[in-house]
Formats: sequence, structure tokens, C-alpha cells
Amino acid sequence: MKFSTSYSLLVPGSLASILALFLLLAGSLSSAQELGDHTYSTEAIERGSRIYSRECALCHGPQGDIVDGVNLRAGIFKNVRSDDDIRRVVTQGAGQGLMPGFGLSANELDGIIAYIRAGFDPEGVAVRIGDPIRGQELFLGEGQCADCHRVNGNGPRTAPDLSEIGAIRTPASLQRNLLDPAAAILPINRPIRIVTREEETVIGRRLNEDTYTVQVIDSNERLRSFIKSDLVSYEISMLPSKAPTTLSSDEVADVVGYLLTLRGQ
Amino acid sequence: MKSLSSKVKFLVFMASLSLATNGYGQVPYERILNAHDEPHNWLTYNGGYLSQRHSLLDQITKDNVENLELKWVLQNQVFGAWQSNPIIVDGIMYVTERPNSVMAVDAVTGRVFWKYRHQNADNALVCCGANNRGVAVLDDKVYMGTLDANLLALDRINGQLLWKTEVGDVNLAYSVTMAPLAVKDKIMVGVGGGEFGIRGYVAAYDAETGEEAWKTYTIPGPGEPGHDSWEGDDWEHGGAPVWITGSFDPELNLTYWGVGNPGPDWNAGQRPGDNLYSDSVIALNADTGELTWHFQFTPNDGYDYDAVQVPVLADMDWRGEARKLMLWANRNGYFYVLDRTDGEFLEGKPYVRVNWSSGLDENGRPIPTPQPEGMPTYPGNQGGTNWYPPSFSPNTELFYFSAWENYATIYRAEESEYVPGRAFLGGGFSVLAPSPGAPTIGIGRTNPINNWTDEVGYASLKAMDPQTGEEVWSYNQFDVSDSGMLTTTTNLLFTGGREGYFHAIDAETGELIWNVALGGQIVMAPVTYMVDGVQYISVISGNSLSTFALGE
Repeated sequence: MKFSTSYSLLVPGSLASILALFLLLAGSLSSAQELGDHTYSTEAIERGSRIYSRECALCHGPQGDIVDGVNLRAGIFKNVRSDDDIRRVVTQGAGQGLMPGFGLSANELDGIIAYIRAGFDPEGVAVRIGDPIRGQELFLGEGQCADCHRVNGNGPRTAPDLSEIGAIRTPASLQRNLLDPAAAILPINRPIRIVTREEETVIGRRLNEDTYTVQVIDSNERLRSFIKSDLVSYEISMLPSKAPTTLSSDEVADVVGYLLTLRGQ
Repeated sequence: MKSLSSKVKFLVFMASLSLATNGYGQVPYERILNAHDEPHNWLTYNGGYLSQRHSLLDQITKDNVENLELKWVLQNQVFGAWQSNPIIVDGIMYVTERPNSVMAVDAVTGRVFWKYRHQNADNALVCCGANNRGVAVLDDKVYMGTLDANLLALDRINGQLLWKTEVGDVNLAYSVTMAPLAVKDKIMVGVGGGEFGIRGYVAAYDAETGEEAWKTYTIPGPGEPGHDSWEGDDWEHGGAPVWITGSFDPELNLTYWGVGNPGPDWNAGQRPGDNLYSDSVIALNADTGELTWHFQFTPNDGYDYDAVQVPVLADMDWRGEARKLMLWANRNGYFYVLDRTDGEFLEGKPYVRVNWSSGLDENGRPIPTPQPEGMPTYPGNQGGTNWYPPSFSPNTELFYFSAWENYATIYRAEESEYVPGRAFLGGGFSVLAPSPGAPTIGIGRTNPINNWTDEVGYASLKAMDPQTGEEVWSYNQFDVSDSGMLTTTTNLLFTGGREGYFHAIDAETGELIWNVALGGQIVMAPVTYMVDGVQYISVISGNSLSTFALGE
């Protein structure tokens, strides 16, 4: 089963504004202050979605991640912090002419800001967010997440580091990773198995790949680079190394709540 | 006697200057017409009017290509996809830098003689990057189109601006990104702006004065044939841009141009009809611009399948008969063989997975099979291929180009209102990926890490046989490629890709012979030339133009 990477599977509009608020509260209060009012209406987010696809998507991409150093959906910008900053960049342009200024109305601007701040989530399935404190306990204990994942300098590096996962993933994506990891795993993170000419077997995860080479972090946390033509075999597993979680739905909500607090340094 | 010797040198210098003004080293039309007689130069965007990108230079062969050495690098001072195609005239290379600078470069050392900077209007608007794909040369001038839709003529020797002509209205988002085409005494360009509701055209200007000689719209106006392929006033802002350099058949006196998408891009239902001459090739009389024939690849396109590929012209025996052919791997996923005298459809077959159409009828018209809403369409929005130039080798009689395999998008159509100078898209699209939120392929590559992987799409360099319309061999790369092709008479094929490898491939078998990691995306074709008996190959990777020749 293949999925589109469009923004159709995520949080319902009615929840999105609450979530946007929640995500901000999870960050530092001083920055929340600077960022201004984040109670965006569903209507504004939906309006923003339309304006975004008309005016912005061509350069920034449908997921807002095509311009180098900018990920609108994840809230990563070059020179923007506040909503007014976004307003200024959209109307005046940026990047010394690389981005032109757009003559949008105040209403249209509000929509775009709402859509960006809501993480491009106008509609989708509801995701329940639980208690982050309980979620952290589950993450470290029963959930066995910390057996492979590292957070803020603690834990192994073999699976992706989750210190910023709350900033780059939506709640729906985090929940799906717990419930159905095979459908949710990003292609680059698929487990790989390599056998070299020296008969060494390497289990690990890809960091990068091209036509002739592959760069890997192996199960001993070593960074390795291989030339494909030198390998006896190179297999990519379509199944992730983790099974669907056995945690209860309440517990999953707690873990999602915890993951959403992980927003980097 | 020192002063006398200086005086003599000065007199010799003055004499050489007067030679220059008397026409030494000039590039009259006849030289471009017979570009194949001087393979040490690269005189047009596509290496000659037939646009084969095939060189007769034979110093670099399959046996010695491994001895290629880096000779020099020219660093671009402006970041962004460097899509410029260098022109080489008698040891001088003319290359543009985005958005609109021209440099004259010593082709042996890479040192710059002069640089001209055009300041674009603040409101210049382009959909997909501040690109420029190069210049044209004619006589003592070099010509460049600009993002703010001007055509400039510069003095080829000193880089001074000689004239500037407005090609289109920048306020309505007209632009010029293509390298102009010089034919006889005229300079021809087309306009970009297919995402902004322009009405496209090709225009020709007097090479000496910049005065407009003719202008042919790519959307017929009221009373003209084909106008009834539009409803209401859709034709006034129906797109159909021309942003890739055309080709020229001197015997037929026809220029050929690939025409881009109709607007709004993704809502075909909003503009009923075939929308001529969007997604077509048009044949225009070189002297008058009169439209002689057209062939439409994708009627009423809702997928952004611009026909902005280079029209590649080949004269060959085709199924037992000498034909004047046009070979065309289209963005819509089909490979076409046309008769370029009249546009007759001879053959057409899919070269990648195609599901928007179930095939072509006997006239080459696609049988549409639109996918249900939310389902993937193959090929995706960037197409089975795109603008990057192919090559045809008269030696192997094969056609080479970069294709995108296993790449699909999901389209979303919505009603768009035309507002002058604003984006006019009619919806949007998302790239099909193996899991929700997974990274996907963008217009260009800005990341040294490929975390989208080949599961979202990958490159396939294809060698096509015009006799059958089928693939003879292919060479795959893990990431997709926007690299053009260069073939040589020694049956070498040079190309790149987004991964930044520069490859030399056996044009007969598809075997990799040599490659080097240059590190930055290669989004144009390599060119080759010769100075003082040494054959050079230049390729732009990332922000560097690297030039190779055989080691001593």
C-alpha cells in the first residue's frame, strides 16, 4: 500500500488549532509570547491551504520543504519567528530577490500563517494526546522505545535520534509510527543487511545512498561507507525492525504526548 | 631602443584591433549553418541547428577517456541550479550566471575576460527558479533573454550592451529563460510564464537593431485556425509558453518549437477543448513566423506535461525510406517519431509507466484514462522527462535522454480565477511516496543527503531506437536526473545527474566506462570543443563549471 505525502491524513481542522496551541505551550513560554496569538480558526487554516497551493507550493513544495533551510510545515525558517515576520516576508519577499513579494490581502495572509502554524493539517483523523510525564515513563520502560532510540544525549544511536521529533512530525504521524510502523517508516530508515567480500555481515540503517555508494550507521554505531560493486550482497528490508506497539490506546496517547514535547535544544 | 620596440608592439596591437573590426573571427549565419564543419566550436545551444548535441571531435575515445584530467574550474558566484549551456567560439566561452549575467571566459584557462550584469526589474516573476540557460551568438554579438522579459544584444568582444528590446510585459509575469536562437539575420526567443496565465508566443528580432520582425502566438486568436479549441476568453490567459530553444531545418526553412502547458495547470475542466497549441510542437517559417504545421502531444492537459523538449532533427533511413525525422521523448511519457516536413505522426510508444492514457491512436492522439481523485498518475508532475536536452548520434542512430522511472503524483484540481501577473495553477499536486510525510523529489536538489531514496523515483538514461520506438538499453541512477546528453563520434555518451557524478558511457552498449564525483547536481548537458589541438569537455555541477581534457 502506498500513501501520498499530501496533507490529507492528519488532524481534523477543529483539533488543529488546539494542537497548534498545545505545541506552542510545549515549547518555551517566552517564544510563545513572541509568536503571538495562535488560536487559528479552522476556516483560516482551510483558506490558507488554498492560498498556499496557489501562491507558495510551486517553490516551497506541497510539504513546504523544498527550499533549502526552510521547512514551513515543521516551523523551520531562516529569518522568521513571529507571525508578523511571516507577513513581512510574504509581502516584501526574501532571499535577495529569490522570493518575490506577494500582494495578498490581510485575510489571505492570516490564512497562510494559520496553515503554516497548523503544520499543514487542515483535516484528517483525530489523534489523542495524553500525559507527557506518563509518556516519558512508558518511553523509557514498558514501551521499549529507549532500547533503540536516543533522546537528548541518552540512549543508543542505531535508530533515529528523537530529540526533535515533536518539531518535525505531526501527532498523527507519531501515532501511526507506534501502531503501524511498517506503513509509517520512512524509506531511508529501512533496516539493511550488507555482506562484504571479507565476509563481514553489517546490519544497520542508511544515512545516505547514491548510484554507486551507500553510507550507513551500523549496529555498533560506526559510520561506514560502502561501494556497492564491492559488496557480495546488499538487502533492504521492507519491514521495520520494530513491531506494532503492544501498549494500550491510553498509553499510546501518553507516548505521543511525550514525543510532542521533544522539540530540540 | 626600448621605446621604439614598445611602439612597434603598439602598432601591431592596433593592427590586430582593426582586423577584429573588419570581421576577423566573426560568426556569420553561414558558420552556424555549417557548424558541423567546425566541431572545435559549440556555436548554438544544442550544438547546431539540428539539435543533436553530437560532436565530431575524436580525440577522446573509449580507450583513453579514463585519462581525463580536470583542467580548470569556474565558480559561480550565485547559488541555485546552474542550467546554463556554454557557447564556445574560437577559444572563447560564453556562459551565463543566474539570474542574468554573461561572462566571456578563456576556454583554455577558465579565466574571465569580461562580465556583464543585467539588473532585472524587481517584479520579475518565474515559477521555478531564476534560471537562464545561455546565450546565442551571431556575427560580433552575443544575445541573452532576461527574467524581466527583455532581449539584450552585447558586443561579443567587450561585453558592452548594444541594444535592449522588450519581449514581454514583466507586469504580466512574462519572462525569458531560454537561450535565444540565431537564424539568418534574426534572433528568436519564446516566453515563459505558463504558471501565470500568459498567452505564449515566439518572436523574432532584427539581429542588428532589435526591432521586432515577427511574433507568432502559441494560442490562436479569434478567426485563426485552432481558436475553437478554447472556450470563451480562456485563450487570453491560456499559458502555452515557450521556454526551451528550438531547432531549424534550413532546407525546409522551418523553425521548430516545443510549447508548454495550458493554464491553469491542473484544472483541465476549467478550460474545455484541446487548448491548441499547448503541449505541441509548432513549425514556424523562419522568415515570417507563419505557422506551417503543428502536432499536439497532450490535448486538454491537466498534468503540466509541457512539450518543452528540444526538437531533435535526424535525417535517416526509416523503415526502408529516407525521411526527415523529428525525435521526441515527451514529458507525458511517450516517445514520438514525427515527419518534420509536415508533422505526420509515424510512431509513438510509452517509455516509462503511463496511466493517464492507455495508448495513442493512429494519428498519435492519446486515449485518455484519467485516474480517480486521490489516485496516483504516472508519470508525475515533473514528467517522464522534461526540458533537459537529449542527443542523437548519427553513428549509432540512437536517441539518448534522461527519464524518471517509478515517479507519480496525485493531482488536485480546483477552480482558479485569473488575476493578471499572479499564479494561475488550478489546484496542486503531491508526490507519491512510500509512507505519509516521507521526503519526496523536488524541482531541483539542494540536499547532499538523499533521504527520499529511489522508492520515490529514479533516473534512467535511455537509448531509444527510432526505427521501433523502443528502448535498446538503459542506465539507471539512484536519484532522478535532470542532466542533458552529449555524444561524440567516438561513440561516447557524456551525462550527469542530481548526485553529481559525471559519467562517460559507451553509447553503443550503455556500459559505464568512466566517472568522477563532482559533488553538485548536473542540470544541463556537457559540451565539448577544441583549442590548439586539445579536446575539452565542460560540465556544470552545482556551482562549478569543470573542464576536462586528456592528461599529458
